[in-house]
Amino acid sequence: MISIKRRSVGDMLGEIIIYVVLTLLAILMVIPFIYVIAASFATDADIQSKPLFIFPPTPTIKAYEQVFDMNQYGATVIRSLVVSILVTVVGTITNLFFTATMAYGLSRSDLKGKKFVLNMVLFTMVFGGGMIPTFLLVKGLGMYDSYAALILPGAISAYNMLIVRNFFMELPGSLEEAASIDGCSDIGIFVKIALPLSLPCLATFGLFYAVGHWNNYFGALLYLDDQKKYPFQLVLRNLVMQSQDNSDPNVEPPGDALKMAVIVIGTVPILCVYPFLQKYFAAGVMVGAVKG
Amino acid sequence: MAKAQSAAAAGGQAVAKQKTKNNIWRNRWMYALLVPGFLFFVIFKILPLWGILIGFKAYYAGLSFLNSECVGFQNFIDFFAGSDFWRLFKNTMIISFMNLIFFFPLPIILSLLLNEIKVQWYKSVLQTFVYVPHFVSMVVIASITFMILKTPAMEGQAGGALYTILHSITGKNIDVLQSPSSIYWVLLFQAIWKETGWGTVIFLAALAGVDVEQYEAAIVDGANRWQQLIYITVPSILGTIVTMFILRMGSVLDTGFEQIILMQNTLNKSNSETFDTYVYNYGRVGGDYGHTTAVSLFKSIVSLTCIQLANRAAKAVGQAGLF
Repeated sequence: MISIKRRSVGDMLGEIIIYVVLTLLAILMVIPFIYVIAASFATDADIQSKPLFIFPPTPTIKAYEQVFDMNQYGATVIRSLVVSILVTVVGTITNLFFTATMAYGLSRSDLKGKKFVLNMVLFTMVFGGGMIPTFLLVKGLGMYDSYAALILPGAISAYNMLIVRNFFMELPGSLEEAASIDGCSDIGIFVKIALPLSLPCLATFGLFYAVGHWNNYFGALLYLDDQKKYPFQLVLRNLVMQSQDNSDPNVEPPGDALKMAVIVIGTVPILCVYPFLQKYFAAGVMVGAVKG
Repeated sequence: MAKAQSAAAAGGQAVAKQKTKNNIWRNRWMYALLVPGFLFFVIFKILPLWGILIGFKAYYAGLSFLNSECVGFQNFIDFFAGSDFWRLFKNTMIISFMNLIFFFPLPIILSLLLNEIKVQWYKSVLQTFVYVPHFVSMVVIASITFMILKTPAMEGQAGGALYTILHSITGKNIDVLQSPSSIYWVLLFQAIWKETGWGTVIFLAALAGVDVEQYEAAIVDGANRWQQLIYITVPSILGTIVTMFILRMGSVLDTGFEQIILMQNTLNKSNSETFDTYVYNYGRVGGDYGHTTAVSLFKSIVSLTCIQLANRAAKAVGQAGLF
C-alpha cells in the first residue's frame, strides 16, 4: 500500500512538471506574436524604450492609420493586399481543379498507362531541372512578370495529389458502379459522387494551398519584376527592411510601430483560417500517403 | 500446324488488341480528366529537364541559348576547382547537421510530453498554441526576428527583446544579425520555433495507435509512468523515428531557400550562402545561367543519390520507405 502511494506521488509530481513545462513552452511559442500585436498599437517611443510588453503602454491606432493613409503607405499596401487576395483565390481554385481531376483520373486500377503517369509524378518529386531552367521556361512561355507565374508553375503539389488520389481510391466502388449502370459517365460520377463525398478532404487541401499562396515569397521574388505588381509579403519585407535613411523623402520613414502593424496584417488572415485548418488536422489524412 | 498456330496467335493478339482498345474507349473520360494534370507535369516538371543542357554551356542572360558556346564539363570543373564549392558545401552541411542534432529530437520529446497530458481539452489548447508558427509565413518569422534582435537605434534606447536578454546575460552588445558566426544559430532557432510544434503531428499519430490494453497490463504489473514510457511508449514510435531520421538524411542538402535568403546580408554571406541561395544570387540575379545550372544539377544528383540510399536504408531496417 505504502509503495503504491509513494509511486503515485512521484507520478503526480512528474505530471505537474510536465504541465508546467508544456504550458510555458506553449506561451513561449506565441509570445512573439502577442508582442508584435501589442507593439503595433503602441507608439514608436514605447517600442524603443521597452524591450518587451504584452499590453501597449499608450494604446493608439496611429500605425494602422499610417499604413492605410493613401498619402503615405496606403496605395502600396492596399494594392498589394488586393494582389495577394486575388492570387490566393484564383491560385487555390486552380490548385484544386488540377489536383482533383488528376487524382481522380489516376484512381482507377485498370487504367492503361496509369503506372507510367504515376512513375513520372514520383520521378519529378525526387529530381527536377532546378531553378534556372524552370525560370527560363516560365520566361519562355511569356509568363515573366505576370501573375500566371505565381499560379501555374505550382498548380499541383505531387504529394497532395497522391494523398487525394488515395482518398478517391478508398471511396466505395459500389456507388460508382450503381451510377454507371444508371448511365452516368465517368465525369458525371466524378462531379456528382466523388467530389461531394471528398469535400472535407478537398477543403483541407484547399486551405493548405491557400495558406501557401498567401505566404509565398519565393515565387514573386523569382518571377515578378514590376514593384507595382508585388504581393503583400514582398511589400511587408521591403517595409520592415527599410531603414530611416534610404526611404522616399516625401514619405515619413516607417517607424517601428508601423513595421509591427504590417507584420500583423500579414499574419491575421492565417489566424482567421486557423480554426478551420486545425479542424482538419486529423493526422490520418496527412500520413502514409505516398504508396503506389 | 504451324500455320494454324500462328493464326491462333494472331487471333489472340487481335483479341488482346481489341480488349486494350475497349479498355481505353471505356475509360475515355478518365483520360480526359487526366489531361490537365498530365500537361502540368510535362510542361513544368519534365520540360525544364531539357534545360539541364545549359549547365554544359557558357550561357549568360541576354545571350541566345543556341548561339552560346558548348563548354562540356568546364562549368563543373570551374566550380569544384574554385573556392566557392567548399564554402557552399561547408555552410550547407553545418546548417543541415545543426538542424539534425538540435532540432530533430525536439518534436519527439514534445510529442512524448503532450502524450502524457490526459486532460483532452488542455492538450488541444497546447497543440493549438504550438502549431501556430508553422502556418505563419517565413517573411513574418524573419521580420519578427529582426524586430526582437535589433540593436538600440540610439544611445539610451532599448533594443529588441531578445537583444536585451542576450545583453543582460553576456554583458556585451551583440548584433546577432550582422555577425557571420551567429547566423547558423539564428537559422536553427527559427526552425525550432516554426516547426517543432508541427513536427509532433506524425509522432502523435503513431502514439495514438498504441493499444491501451498494453498500458492497463503494465499498470496491473505495477509499472509506473516512467516505466510505461520507457517500455511501451518509446518502443511503439521507434519505427516512426527511424523512418523520419532516414528520410531527413535523404534531404541533407535541402536547407530551405526562403528562410536563408531572408536572413542573408552582405556581412553574414560568407556563412549563409548555400547551394540554393548561390544559384539564385549568381544565376537569377547575376545572370550566369550556365555556371549556376551546373551547380544545381550537381546538387540534384547528390540529393537523388541520398534519397535512394535513405530509401534503401529504410527498407533494410524493415520500414516502409518512400517508394
